[in-house]
Amino acid sequence: MSLDQLYQQIILDHSKVRHGSGLAGTDAPEGATTGQSHQLNPVCGDEVTLRVAVADGKVTQVSWDGAGCSISMASASVLSEMAEGMTVPELHQVIDSFRDVLRSRGKIAADPELLGDAAAFEGVARYAARVKCAMISWVAAEDALNQAA
Amino acid sequence: MAVVSTPPTLERALPVMDNAEVLRIRNDFPVLDQVVNGHPLVYLDSGATSQNPLSVIEAEQEFYEQRNAAVHRGAHHLAVEATEVFEDARQTVADFIGAEYAETVWTSNATEGLNLLSYAFSTAGLWAAQGRGDAGLKELALKPGDEIVVTEMEHHANLIPWQELAFRTGATLRYIPVDDAGSLRMDVAAEVIGNRTRVLAFTHASNVLGTINPVTDLVGLARRAGALVVLDACQSAPHLPLDVKALDVDFAVFSGHKMLAPTGIGVLYGKQELLDILPPFLTGGSMITTVTMERAEYLPAPQRFEAGTQRISQAVALAAAANYLTETGLARIHEWEAGLGQRMVAGLESIPGIRVLGPAAGQERIGLAAFDVDGVHAHDVGQFLDSRGIAVRVGHHCAQPLHRKLGLTATTRASAYLYNTTDDVDQFLDAVAGVRAYFRA
Ligand SMILES: Cc1ncc(COP(=O)(O)O)c(C=O)c1O
Repeated sequence: MSLDQLYQQIILDHSKVRHGSGLAGTDAPEGATTGQSHQLNPVCGDEVTLRVAVADGKVTQVSWDGAGCSISMASASVLSEMAEGMTVPELHQVIDSFRDVLRSRGKIAADPELLGDAAAFEGVARYAARVKCAMISWVAAEDALNQAA
Repeated sequence: MAVVSTPPTLERALPVMDNAEVLRIRNDFPVLDQVVNGHPLVYLDSGATSQNPLSVIEAEQEFYEQRNAAVHRGAHHLAVEATEVFEDARQTVADFIGAEYAETVWTSNATEGLNLLSYAFSTAGLWAAQGRGDAGLKELALKPGDEIVVTEMEHHANLIPWQELAFRTGATLRYIPVDDAGSLRMDVAAEVIGNRTRVLAFTHASNVLGTINPVTDLVGLARRAGALVVLDACQSAPHLPLDVKALDVDFAVFSGHKMLAPTGIGVLYGKQELLDILPPFLTGGSMITTVTMERAEYLPAPQRFEAGTQRISQAVALAAAANYLTETGLARIHEWEAGLGQRMVAGLESIPGIRVLGPAAGQERIGLAAFDVDGVHAHDVGQFLDSRGIAVRVGHHCAQPLHRKLGLTATTRASAYLYNTTDDVDQFLDAVAGVRAYFRA
């Protein structure tokens, strides 16, 4: 597999744009319930703190702060962009599917219908050392979601 | 400033190493001859673990094919042969570092050696308090008010065992800071190392900065304070002539896997008079004189610290590795690698957006360089280099406090050994030059 299949355009773009980053300077929408989770990968020092806001059964905002490699940062960006507007069960379903693909060592193909931009992380599954990088914000989101809803 | 003992005259007679010799050396290392991601492997991660020459692999194989048996037990032929090669290996490795046979203790690695010392020191306190063991143990016991001194550039292996020793004994852990050029603040060292200091533990060469520390000066400060000196020789024993007697350290540790030997074997050197009275760390078979249901008496060093069935084939292989290095000549290896280190730093410094840690180009360093790439995480740098068949280490290199001090969480490190050519370094530099563009930094 080539480097470009791992670092797809979407990943390189999101690693720069970082949608949803800036948790510290962002208030949660009024009336929403929130959950927040901090995740750390002690192996490489990747770190994400992510907050999910839920109102009327829908995710209204995902904000995060983090430091790490392009895959971990892009993954948080994609997640925060696509999660907003989803219902709580929808986001859980997407997180479950993302995890299945990432942990499959390349055996399970991503469903682009369900995963959207997150399907670009399919190639990461073949790099065992990088799976945690892609997963870190999704683990945080699941934890935060369980607190918020 | 560097403490590199004078090479033996014989060695000096050999010409300096060059690429042609390195290419011959490479023939001894089968693992290096492979294609990774479509490129010939460029292995620049020997600071983490080194590769094995055929003579080392064959020594281990020969042991299993011809002499495998437990040592120091049983009277049969194989047991006698195994014991003989095991103890011959000890003498070879003792000679390799200028130590005496009985001062050379086998461990699994440097980490175990340092933990052995940490626990032996705190047990010394327990023994002394109950009047057990040699009267000299009182001198070794630590108590509240005593100080242990380390440096800010230590590998976690030479930091955490001392943190835990301080915790167990109530002693205080202090450290010598590192300056911006990657050297120890010797002015501060002179203040920190004082008459409360009981143990001074520091690395001979930094696995991150590449700095070679001024051992003689530090030992001088420790002697003035009456403190014991523990030297982490992990990044020196494999790469430069090491003479523990000339350096006058009390203890030294290193790992075989960083010096052409297999994993699972390392060495603790200690001055005989200290090793013979220190309480053991691990207890059990092979390290006792008499045992009753209530208590046991222990052998002197080295057996005192070698409880249980030993890593015999690994010890034999480590001796083969020491022979390989001695035959090539450590002063020559050091010179060659230092040249590769300079080539790395000079090359890296000329690439925009690269910050090299430690001594600048032209300043002394061993054959490694850790660096930060502006706007690109070390993991991504490592992945990019791997796609070109170049193996480097990424992360904090087990030195979190040093990285925090430098304002970084992770860096990339290239580390050379005697089997690396200047071409390896150039390919590495060429690849690094492409990193920021790829990640649009
Ligand atoms: C300076 C230094 N000290 C200690 C160690 C620990 O060695 P080991 O993991 O073989 O015990 C290392 C290895 O990375 C090192 O570079």
